[in-house]
Amino acid sequence: MGKVFAVVLTLITLVSVAFFAMHTWWLPPDISTTGKAVDRQLDETLIGTGVLFLAGQLMLGFFAWGASDKDRAEKIKPFPGGATPLVTAAIILVGIEIFTLTFVGSKAWGAIYLTQPDPSSIKIDVQAEQFAFYFRYQGPDGKFGGVHPEKIDDGSGNYFGLDPANDLAARDDIVTASLVVPVNKPVALTLHSKDVGHSFYVRELRVQQDFVPGLDIPLHFTATQIGKYEIVCTQLCGLGHYNMKAYLEVMSEEDYQQWLKTQGGQ
Amino acid sequence: MHDVSSQPVAHQHIAPTGFLRKYVFSLDHKVIGKQYYGLALVAVFVGMVLSWLLRLHLAYPNWHIPLLSKFSSTGAPGGVMTPEYYLSLLTMHGTLMVFFVLTNAPFAAFGNYFLPIQIGAEDMAFPRFNMMSFWTTFVAFLVMMASFFVADGPPISGWTAYAPLSAVGGDAGPGLALGQNLWAISIALFCVGSLLGALNFIATTLDLRTKGMSLARMPYSTWAWFVTSVIALLAFAVLLPACILLILDRVAGTSFFIPGGLILSDKLQPHSGGSPLLWQHLFWFFGHPEVYIAILPSIGIIATILPVFTRKPLLGPRALIGSMIAIGFLSYMVWGHHMFVSGMNPFSANIFSVPTLVITIPATVMTLLLTASIYGGKMRFDTPALFCLGFISVFISGGISGFYLAQPSLDTYLHATYFVVAHFHFVMAVASLFGVFAGTYFWFPKMFGRMMNETLGKLHFWLTFVGVYCVFMPMHYLGLVGNVRRYSAFVDDYLAPLIPVHKFITIAALLTGAAQLIFFWNLIWSRFRGPVASENPWEATSLEWSTTSPPPFDNFGGKHPVVNNGPNEYGIEGTNGSDYVMQTAAPRSA
Amino acid sequence: MGIDIQEAMHTAGTIGPPGLSDGSRLYTQTHPRPERSETGAWIGIFAIVMSFAAFTSAMIVRQGATPDWVHFELPRLLYVNTLILLTSSLTLGLASKRLRSVAGFSATAPTEKAYSEGMIWLAITLGLGGFFVIGQILAWRVLAAQSFFLSTNPSSSFFYVFTAMHGAHLLGGIAGLAYMIRKLAKTNGTARTTGLPALSVYWHFMDGLWIYLLVLLMVRT
Repeated sequence: MGKVFAVVLTLITLVSVAFFAMHTWWLPPDISTTGKAVDRQLDETLIGTGVLFLAGQLMLGFFAWGASDKDRAEKIKPFPGGATPLVTAAIILVGIEIFTLTFVGSKAWGAIYLTQPDPSSIKIDVQAEQFAFYFRYQGPDGKFGGVHPEKIDDGSGNYFGLDPANDLAARDDIVTASLVVPVNKPVALTLHSKDVGHSFYVRELRVQQDFVPGLDIPLHFTATQIGKYEIVCTQLCGLGHYNMKAYLEVMSEEDYQQWLKTQGGQ
Repeated sequence: MHDVSSQPVAHQHIAPTGFLRKYVFSLDHKVIGKQYYGLALVAVFVGMVLSWLLRLHLAYPNWHIPLLSKFSSTGAPGGVMTPEYYLSLLTMHGTLMVFFVLTNAPFAAFGNYFLPIQIGAEDMAFPRFNMMSFWTTFVAFLVMMASFFVADGPPISGWTAYAPLSAVGGDAGPGLALGQNLWAISIALFCVGSLLGALNFIATTLDLRTKGMSLARMPYSTWAWFVTSVIALLAFAVLLPACILLILDRVAGTSFFIPGGLILSDKLQPHSGGSPLLWQHLFWFFGHPEVYIAILPSIGIIATILPVFTRKPLLGPRALIGSMIAIGFLSYMVWGHHMFVSGMNPFSANIFSVPTLVITIPATVMTLLLTASIYGGKMRFDTPALFCLGFISVFISGGISGFYLAQPSLDTYLHATYFVVAHFHFVMAVASLFGVFAGTYFWFPKMFGRMMNETLGKLHFWLTFVGVYCVFMPMHYLGLVGNVRRYSAFVDDYLAPLIPVHKFITIAALLTGAAQLIFFWNLIWSRFRGPVASENPWEATSLEWSTTSPPPFDNFGGKHPVVNNGPNEYGIEGTNGSDYVMQTAAPRSA
Repeated sequence: MGIDIQEAMHTAGTIGPPGLSDGSRLYTQTHPRPERSETGAWIGIFAIVMSFAAFTSAMIVRQGATPDWVHFELPRLLYVNTLILLTSSLTLGLASKRLRSVAGFSATAPTEKAYSEGMIWLAITLGLGGFFVIGQILAWRVLAAQSFFLSTNPSSSFFYVFTAMHGAHLLGGIAGLAYMIRKLAKTNGTARTTGLPALSVYWHFMDGLWIYLLVLLMVRT
């Protein structure tokens, strides 16, 4: 039975690793300036953990095979060296791996979340609500109008609760249901929620950030490839959570300017 | 001849009479242990059926599931689940499994039954508190189940119940009014039950060890229950305040977790100033130690059982115990790794990541020691042994995926995807449950005086072992694609190609679930028809095997055992040509 | 007439065999193991400390989250209640000293005088505990009269939560004390274990916890 276990385990292990190695199901191509570091971190972790996974499972199978009681007369054998070298080796090896991963990984993380956005970034206000994302651009005056929760009226499209009648800055704010940005230009988002927790996730950008009601949370990125990408909500927000999404449309600079014009900007 | 194995007790321990006192409101830790186990069995059955329903809906969304519309006509009209009902069932699946199965079975059930016996005591330190702790947990279970039957159904906020979704009440969605209230009350009651239980375990371990049973000679399962109790005492002591504050926000108009200016169902909510992140901090400060509460007892059980079947001592017992204690300690420093992208200061992600990665060290040490303990053994491949081997494999798998999630830079992509679902199911649902299975097959003869059926046991093992890999390994791949979790349907463009994988998982889950029926059947059949078990059918050393199967009311028949050896004496010359020395046997000559 | 010392020593259970032949006693006879209930009390205290730490951190985070904290003056009654509670710890200590032998700290059973004095001090402690709880409820009334209710403001919310949680735990202590008084009365002071050390630890802890909460509320509220 030990031999059967060893064989089954080896099969399971090899098949599992194969799918990882072959990238059968894999991340979409990275389209951000900060994503490459994340992908490199992932590759390094895959290799490191792949080795550990293979070693662990195969060792287990190997020992189980060896312990099969085919020869009952044989005496039991102590593990060579006993526990101390094994424990010490584990601590050192895992410790080194941890240290390396932390050191390199913190740079990848910091690049996304601990840097300030470029001063020339396009500022976009993002509001999440049950169950949609809305985006607001400053418009030609370069200023956001004030938001007033009590003025929110989805029916008339006033998702942000703007008061254009009394607020000059709000008059030219552009409100859309798609996040449209020019390629290779830094974008600075401010995330806020109208009701409960949501999250902003774009796989291709390798970023994810929760919306926390009561907080305005910054997130910035630079998209490097033109295309249409899905923004999906990843924080359970109610019955429509599965359907809450928007599109990130990355356009060329000309197309973006053209789009701004159609939205009422100049 | 001088009897080194026992000494007379100082006073009588009188057995109860009457049906209620013996079987219902019993003070006997063995009965209470069985009651906890029974509760866990019911909860796991419900939780498993829920998982089938969830998986069926994901893979075949338009299927009419028979009988479901009878159970909830609003939740599943015509047998097709609404999105909100999916989330209700998901919430209940997680809540029942984490609390009523994984905290109850390896810890409360086996711990209650075997901790006193393994340390040579007649009962727990506080039998009345013990009885109260079970019945409080039972009432908590009833309250939780009641949420199925109220108008709007169970809450839809997940077992994590994040505020403000869980705190504002019915405006946020179905099930979030009465259903969420019932959930919060149930969990608060569960906290009380667990606190009483943990208190009992700690006091018993400290005060009631028999002569010769030093801490160093305690079996590893006892050590695990002891460390787990300390973790549980401090963790549930934080969840209870959190639940109280949540209940106050919901019914008393306070604003601990709810900020101002929220608009739900077109209504401006009357709260202001609260912090949703506060709920997350409090919850995960409990929640992370909770998952170690779920796994440590199983590790202890596996470490106790493995040497019995390899017939050689466990390698590095002190390192194993040290690792358990290290994990217990570190488990309180890592809660923020559930919150890397939550909106808390991103710098703290670096701070939480370090102990999260460091905790892999004792986990690796334990896994290595267990694996290396097999080397050179003369293994008996009975069912408990198979589940030990299976445990090590699935614990490796589950632990490795933790390496990814512990790094904030990777978590930014993998957070809230099926990668996380794969990780926690491997370590909790599979590894922890394998510990329960191993413990059941191992200790059933002691508890009921009969052996479980070996053929059914082996069949159960093989189907389950292959099955769980088929169910949960593919979820890693889904996570790498970015498949978001807690979705009731897969409508996004990028998810369409993944539907075949989901179908595979669903079929595997149904088959693996069906295999568990073999286990249920084996339990029932063996209870009444299994072959009679001797006092020590596995030839094991710890104290429970030195008394009858099942033990008498006071565990040792009017005597206190005297312990002369540790629990690890396998593979040496014992009495009558045996290869082990029991803890109560005469001390080995040096 | 009087309590039979031999019988008391026997039922005390911690005395055991009469000692060594030279008249000296074993360490375990002069230093009996703590009662189980005392271990339990310490463990319970750990859990309670953790709970109040959780509430405290909730308060600190909440206060820092939004500038909507309204400071108010604590009702004067709280200070009176504090004195009452402190006094009750004192009377409990006086009771404990007289009933100590029952709890196994010495080899002799309490004299009838010590026993009855001890029971009186226990009853006074119980009464003072009751007065404290009533006083807390009255303090709530004072606040309510100033329109500070549970949901009025986060500062008042935490005031009510902290005082209610402390009061609830103290009520548990009062129940335990009542139970202990009954057990002592029934066995005429000769019960093998009484729970007195456990209760003392718990009660003094409730005292200390209240002082901590009072200072916390004074500083923050």
